[in-house]
Parts: sequence; C-alpha cells; structure tokens
Amino acid sequence: MILVFADQRDGNLKKASKEAISEGKRLGSALSLPLGVVVLGKGAGSVVDEIKKYGADKVFVSETPDAYSPDLYAEGVAKVAKENGAKIVVFPGTSMCVDFAPRVSAKLEAGLVTDITATEVKDGKLIVRKPVYSGKAIATVEFKSDIAMVTLRPNVFELAESEGAGEVVEFSVEGEAKAKAVKVEMKEAGKVELTEATIIVSGGRGVKGPEYFQNELQQLADLLGAAVGASRAAVDAGWIDHSHQVGQTGKVVSPKVYMAFGISGAIQHLAGMGTSQYIIAVNKDPDAPIFNVASLGVVADLFKVVPALIEEIKKAKA
Amino acid sequence: MNIMVFIKQVPDTETKIKIADDGKSIVEDGINWIVSPYDEFAIEEAVKTKENLGGEVTVVSMGPSRAESALRTALAMGCDKAILLEDAAFEGADAYSTAKALAKVIEKHNPDLIFFGKQGVGNDNTQVGQLVAEMVGIGHIGTCIKLEIDGDTIRGEREIEGGRETIETKLPAIVTAQRGLNEPRYPNLRGIMKAKKKPLEKLTPADLGLNADEVGLAGAKTVYVSLELPPARQAGKKIEVEPEVAAKEIVEFLKNEAKVL
Repeated sequence: MILVFADQRDGNLKKASKEAISEGKRLGSALSLPLGVVVLGKGAGSVVDEIKKYGADKVFVSETPDAYSPDLYAEGVAKVAKENGAKIVVFPGTSMCVDFAPRVSAKLEAGLVTDITATEVKDGKLIVRKPVYSGKAIATVEFKSDIAMVTLRPNVFELAESEGAGEVVEFSVEGEAKAKAVKVEMKEAGKVELTEATIIVSGGRGVKGPEYFQNELQQLADLLGAAVGASRAAVDAGWIDHSHQVGQTGKVVSPKVYMAFGISGAIQHLAGMGTSQYIIAVNKDPDAPIFNVASLGVVADLFKVVPALIEEIKKAKA
Repeated sequence: MNIMVFIKQVPDTETKIKIADDGKSIVEDGINWIVSPYDEFAIEEAVKTKENLGGEVTVVSMGPSRAESALRTALAMGCDKAILLEDAAFEGADAYSTAKALAKVIEKHNPDLIFFGKQGVGNDNTQVGQLVAEMVGIGHIGTCIKLEIDGDTIRGEREIEGGRETIETKLPAIVTAQRGLNEPRYPNLRGIMKAKKKPLEKLTPADLGLNADEVGLAGAKTVYVSLELPPARQAGKKIEVEPEVAAKEIVEFLKNEAKVL
C-alpha cells in the first residue's frame, strides 16, 4: 500500500494534503499498489468525502487524539502503516507533518526524505529529488530501508482527481501524549500564508520602512489574494516580522508568481524563492542580480510602480 | 539543570555550491564553515536557560575535526564543555544514522533539556531533533519561537499555517529552535579566550556502544546517488519604462502569462 497522511485541522483539509494524495495515487498506479489515506484528529470524519475524490482506496479515520500531539500522531500513522504493509508513506510538507513525520520514521525504521520536489519509480523502487543548500543544488536520493518516507514541498505536485474504492476504516489512537498542543491562535482571517500562497508580494531593502509593508504592499497583496514576503534585509531592519522572511534562513516558497519589490536578489534570497514558477522583479538598479532570474524585470522606482499597479489591477478586476 | 545542545557545522550561506568529481558531494575547498544559523538560536537559548536556572551546558557535534571550531564558537558563547563525535565510521550519515548516534549521547549523559536548531542549512532535513526525541522516548517542541520553563513543564510556541500553537511537554524534552526564539550573542574576546581552555571530549561509535555498521553511511536509511546544480533560470523580458506603462505590462503578464488574474 501507498499510505498518505492528510493534514487537516478542524475539518479543513489543506491543499498540500490534496497534492500529497494526488501524488500517492500516481505512485500507486506506477507500482500497482492501492492507495490508503490516514486522517487524524478533531474534524477528521468531515474530510473523508473530499479525500475520496482524489482516488483513495481506503481511508483510515480517527477523531483521536483531539489535539495535535507529535508523538501520538506518529503512533497513529505508524500503526496504520505497519498493519497495512505500507511500502511508501507520503506526507504533505506542512508545519504539522514536518514536525512529526521524523517520529514515524524512527518508529518504522524507515528512511525519510523531506521537502522533495520530484519522484521517479525505477525497477520498482522510489527515487526522489530534493533541493539542498536551499536550492543551490538538487540531490537525487535512494532509500536503503524497506519502507520509503517522504514529505512533499507544497505547491509543486499537481492535483488530480481520480477513482478509488473509497472504503472507510475507523480506528482510534490510544495512549498518553508526551507532548501536545494546549493552545492554538489563528491570525486574523483572510491573511494568506506564505508557504501556501499562489502569489507572493515581497519587499526588500528598497521598500525603505515598515509603513510600506503595512500599507501599499499589503493592499497589493489583498487585491491579488497574495501573501506578503520579505527579504532578510527588511526583516533585520525590523520593518516586518521574521515569519515573513523568504530565503535560506527563512521560508522556502514555490508560488506560481513571486513579485519582488526593491529586492536585489542575494544568493540566500534566490535560494528561497528560486522554484517560483514566475518571478516579477521591480528594482531601480538595472544590475540587481534578481533580474537574472526574473521572468519579467522592470527597471523602475517601485514607489511609482506599486500605486500605478494597484490602480491597474483594480481596473482589471472591475 | 543539565542542558545539552546539538550543533552542526555547515558551509556559510553565501557559499556558491560546486559539485565534486564524484557527482554526489560538494567541493569543500575554499568553503567558509560556520555554525548552522538555526543552531545559534539553540546555543543562545541553552546558555540563557543556564543563566536563569543554573546548571551546565554541554555542546555536541558530529563531524570531521574541523567541526571543533564550531564547538569552540559555542563554548565562546557560554557553553561549558564540548563533545565531538569524530570517526571515519560516522561519515556519510543521513538524518537517521546521525540521530542514532546522538540519541546514545543523550542516554549516556541524561540531560534535562536538549536543544537543536530546527534544521542544518545544507541538507535541510529538518528531522534530526524529532528523530532523536522518538529514539530516546521523550517529548519535543519543534520550530520553537518562544519558550517557557515552569518546574518540569515546558511550553513552546511554534508557527503553524495561519497562526501559532503552543505545545506543552515535560522534562526531559527536546526543543528545536527557529529564528525568532532569541537574538544570539556574538562571542566576545574574553569568551573566545576562555573557550580555548574548556574541555572538549571526542567520542567514537565504540564509546557510544554502537557498531560501525549502525552509524554513518552503513547505518543510513537514505543515500544520495547524485547531486546536480539546478537548471539555470532564464531571465525573461526586461523593461525600462514609465511607471504607468510598467504597471500595465505587469498586469498583462499576470493575466496572460501567469494566468492568475
């Protein structure tokens, strides 16, 4: 069996989970193995129908534990994997899975390759590719263990709906949590998360201060349904919280469109956004390295381009 | 409190990567080696915790002899003693076989609180801390940005998509440090001088009760078969026009090329 873990919170199935199930189905077809999907925690039952759309042959559902616990979640996934002879275990690269998938790997004594961007089946075996040195190089990795485990980089693997037997198996995860979530605070609704965003509007040193992030760039992002990103220079200057930092020591992102305003394009920054499908850069320095990777490079003063762009987008959407 | 912090020496983030002749490793000549940036947060938090609650901090690394300089940096930041897992058998380790060796260090020293950086920049595995927690059988708080210790209970905040969650666990526990947890201090001259005299112990697999086939490449569950440079991105259209025209061009691009409008 190919086993996929579907990350959901309170009945919200993440897009990255659907990507993982779609990829699980593709691997299942290539290896002639059925696809199992395991979903845990409060709200698990309510995402079963959505999971079935992506071709699950079996959906293993447990409403327990009621709060996220890295060790109990690992226990649940490892149990299903063992009982069903999983050959490959696939996780979406969400904050939850990045946190507990290694514990499953220890329980199953299985190799885990994180943040993969491509798979290949060769002689019945899984081979994966993973950016290393934050994308400055790409490693091809093989497994020496009987079970292969991966986490997928979000926004890279395509969604594909398909048919499956869709049998539902309920189970429960027992035991006392060594560690568990005791509080969850969500930011204001409507804000788009960097790692999940289709479009990112990002600012660098050229933005010159915190106000521009809060006002113009946020306004542009809201219009586009985009997330706001930043270069390390902007974060270090204290203009925006570090959770927005894109780059080698920030978040690695793969949006469809990455818009870089006043970002010169240091190697560490390019490493963090280099797998974006399209890059649009606005910078007044014609020699800025960002232009070497930009699909559309605009040599201009961002303080003049951004307001004009906001007006144009309003017009386009009207 | 008996505190332990695990660190990794990595190439400076400014390093331009060149692939070695074997096709699966990088050219190490001319690389400036540094303490992995996330490990600096781990060291800082370990030292801060000692300053607040008393105790001792042991810094541990696995790597070739050059990793001694990373350990000395940590000692200069205020750690008290160092352990280096150095042996040819450790070479070629993946996250799993690294964790296997590090877990033995914990079992040998029984620390109350253990810190890791959330990932070593380079292989970017983001898994050794959690693997060790599972192997040792204790709780962990991953990618922690705020930590509170209250007796034997520890609570850490971590970022999740769209918000934050607080994880609670009991000591002994592992915390993996994320940017935001603290501001790492720079080692000062006095710290650097003192660090030279602090003890540094070297351990082999046998010292940890492990066979050579359980560590390094032999004990690994994954193996790099090749390493390549990514395909070079082609620069597209570059324009130098009036802002209004530029805005129109960008909107056209979003509509027709990227198809997101």
